[in-house]
Amino acid sequence: MAVVKLQRPKLNFGEKIYFGALIKGFFLTMTHAVKSLLGKSAGAESLASSGLGVTMQFPEQRWDDHLPEYYRGAPALVTDEQGRERCVSCQLCEFICPPKAIKITPMEIPSDDPWAKVEKRPLEFDIDMTRCIYCGMCEEVCPEQAIYLRKDYLFAGFSRAEMVHDKKRLYEIGGVRVGLVNKWNELK
Amino acid sequence: MSDTPSATAELKLPKDLAAEKGLVNVQIDGVWHQFPKGTRMIEACRQAQVTVPHYCYHPKLSSPGNCRMCLVQMGMPPRPAPGQEPQRDENGYEIIGWMPRPVIACANTIGENMGIRTTGDLVTKCREGVMEFLLINHPLDCPICDQAGECRLQEQSVQFGRGVSRFIDMKVKKPKNVDIGPRIRLDDERCIMCSRCIRFMDEVAGDPVLGFTQRGTHTTLTVHPDRLLDSNYSLNTADICPVGALTSNDFRFQMRVWFLKETPTIDVNCGTGTNINVWTRGNKIHRITPRLNDEVNSAWMPDSHRLNFHYIDSASRLTEPLAKTAANHSATTWSAALAEAASRIKAVPAAQVAIIASGRMTNEELFLARTLAAEIGTTQLSLVPRTAEADALLVAADRNPNTTGAKLVLETEDPYAKLDSIREGVRNGSIKTLIVLGEDLITDAGFTADDLQKLDFLVQSSVLANPTADQAHLVLPSAAFAEKRGSMVNLSGRLQRLNRVVELTGQAHDDWEILRDLILALTGEKNEVHHIEDIFKAIAESIPAFNGLTLSKIGHQGTQIAETGYQIPLLANERARKAAGLING
Ligand code: SF4
Ligand code: SF4
Ligand code: SF4
Ligand code: SF4
Ligand code: FES
Repeated sequence: MAVVKLQRPKLNFGEKIYFGALIKGFFLTMTHAVKSLLGKSAGAESLASSGLGVTMQFPEQRWDDHLPEYYRGAPALVTDEQGRERCVSCQLCEFICPPKAIKITPMEIPSDDPWAKVEKRPLEFDIDMTRCIYCGMCEEVCPEQAIYLRKDYLFAGFSRAEMVHDKKRLYEIGGVRVGLVNKWNELK
Repeated sequence: MSDTPSATAELKLPKDLAAEKGLVNVQIDGVWHQFPKGTRMIEACRQAQVTVPHYCYHPKLSSPGNCRMCLVQMGMPPRPAPGQEPQRDENGYEIIGWMPRPVIACANTIGENMGIRTTGDLVTKCREGVMEFLLINHPLDCPICDQAGECRLQEQSVQFGRGVSRFIDMKVKKPKNVDIGPRIRLDDERCIMCSRCIRFMDEVAGDPVLGFTQRGTHTTLTVHPDRLLDSNYSLNTADICPVGALTSNDFRFQMRVWFLKETPTIDVNCGTGTNINVWTRGNKIHRITPRLNDEVNSAWMPDSHRLNFHYIDSASRLTEPLAKTAANHSATTWSAALAEAASRIKAVPAAQVAIIASGRMTNEELFLARTLAAEIGTTQLSLVPRTAEADALLVAADRNPNTTGAKLVLETEDPYAKLDSIREGVRNGSIKTLIVLGEDLITDAGFTADDLQKLDFLVQSSVLANPTADQAHLVLPSAAFAEKRGSMVNLSGRLQRLNRVVELTGQAHDDWEILRDLILALTGEKNEVHHIEDIFKAIAESIPAFNGLTLSKIGHQGTQIAETGYQIPLLANERARKAAGLING
């Protein structure tokens, strides 16, 4: 790998004592303070904020509609338009997951199943949400487009066991996802 | 000038110097090496630590040269015109004339002054081309394919392939998920027609049931129409298959190989002492594969031995010491169990105590069993013989893995000799107390439940629940072969090492610890046995064959410590084929 040596920028005296930056920051804060007193803070309308327009009353009010497309919520398994569970339990996500949140037990698809040619699927698929760091590596690594980070973010439970999403739960959260590559259909 | 030896040495050419030693000079990627005459190019490269990618070549099988992955560029000195002196460089090597077309490294042998190039445009293009051909019809199965992670096709397409496919036509379809035998599944679409499995079944297993049908891109691996791939060596084909075409029914879809850790140890199902790797994730064993040892099992192992590990985490494992109270057994503690055993053993005269040990015990355990017998003062110590039919390859008739070790450690010609007299003694009441180490007397040693009921006291150490344990007053849970360290001597006199692969189940104890603690409880004296190394040291000091050895000196390939004259049939076959030049190594 090529090594690139970077030079630290040379700071002049003013920058070194960072007094200028402090003043800049002060003015920025004051601008926002004045704006909010006038009810013009950013997002005041869209967030239906209360008070001076800067506080969102969570959980009565939700941020959900404003989640961007790329939001990384809970990882979940998806089925495709034919109702096929896309995961083939290759266990790559289990391998890549940095905090080891995923645990998969594979099984062979019985020969009388319409999707018997896929041969393999998860018998159990557990994601421990007390471990998951919502990094999205599982989605990134999945060769079957079977696991996605969805927009659900609110999880609570009274025990650790409740915080483990099993296969059923993961498909509930994940739902159906259309328009994906379907390499297991009649032609490969 | 005087004719000093150094002056003559300077005049000698490299080819003469090498010829004196029976070697030839070969230049590999610009560096000169010397190899014995007749070495294959691919082996020469391997010895020079230059990798030549290959599929069909296997050192233990013949080289048909059908995958073409091992193409390299070769050069020889041009033949001089009559009367012309060959051109030499400053070191005396002849100038190499490189051939414009590549050759396969696996089936060609080296020659004097040969040059091999494993890099460069020609070779890179060849590999790219071969990979492209192999992948034309290959399915996109890696996510479900059991070979993923240890697949040569995957690895080499990353290393040498083009990265993208130019193929737009329909792929050829072939049978998938074919049941070709009780332990092996075939996927023909993944097969790259290397023929390793065919050659293995023909040349090593001696049961040629596999073969190709059709031609060209439609070539299909099949099993003979009236036969199944049911040889006791069939699972070796899954090991040598470079792709996921042949997979083991037992291991299939259980766990991905990249999660597994391999631990080298030895097989304990017969006297051959096959060298194995045990693959585990956490504390669970997922599969066993043979480990190369040219003095024991070559690169192979029988299926029956390979699959005999599921009992280790089965429901019938004993996990805590059990004491018989009234009709049933109930759990007890180790200290209570050992104290009870000691007091019951001491309660009768030494002549009424007998010990039945096992040929499945390690040298260290047998040594302690002998110490225990001496401590009690009894001479009634025997092992239980275990024989079954041998095959003509690896499986020995003696199914005890450590008979030779028992002969050496117990210093007797026949460690099984006293079993009959002990059985007789139990029947006629002259033996009142029986210590059974790792054997099931009712199933394997000709005892009946009635015999055992005559005993005042029966203590058994065992891995699994068994009929003898039902009768025992005290049952001590012990370690399975994959849970212990120690050493054994195989039938041909090779000392080999067992390594701990997984942790002990439940409260089970290592067998040597059980024996040490029992001796301790009997004598009440502290002994200085803290590690298994301490026992091995004691063996090395007192038994001549072990002199000067330690557990770590044994090494992963074992050490020959005795000459028994026993020949492992498979090795004899292999050596004959090697001498005939059919295989390399
Ligand atoms: S999002 Fe990251 S931490 Fe969470 S399950 Fe996926 S890989 Fe693991
Ligand atoms: S990477 Fe995808 S296909 Fe593989 S186990 Fe995870 S979710 Fe399933
Ligand atoms: S044989 Fe290798 S390349 Fe082919 S599907 Fe299996 S893992 Fe992938
Ligand atoms: S099944 Fe495997 S070993 Fe046999 S020819 Fe095909 S690729 Fe080679
Ligand atoms: S390894 Fe040489 S042709 Fe296959």
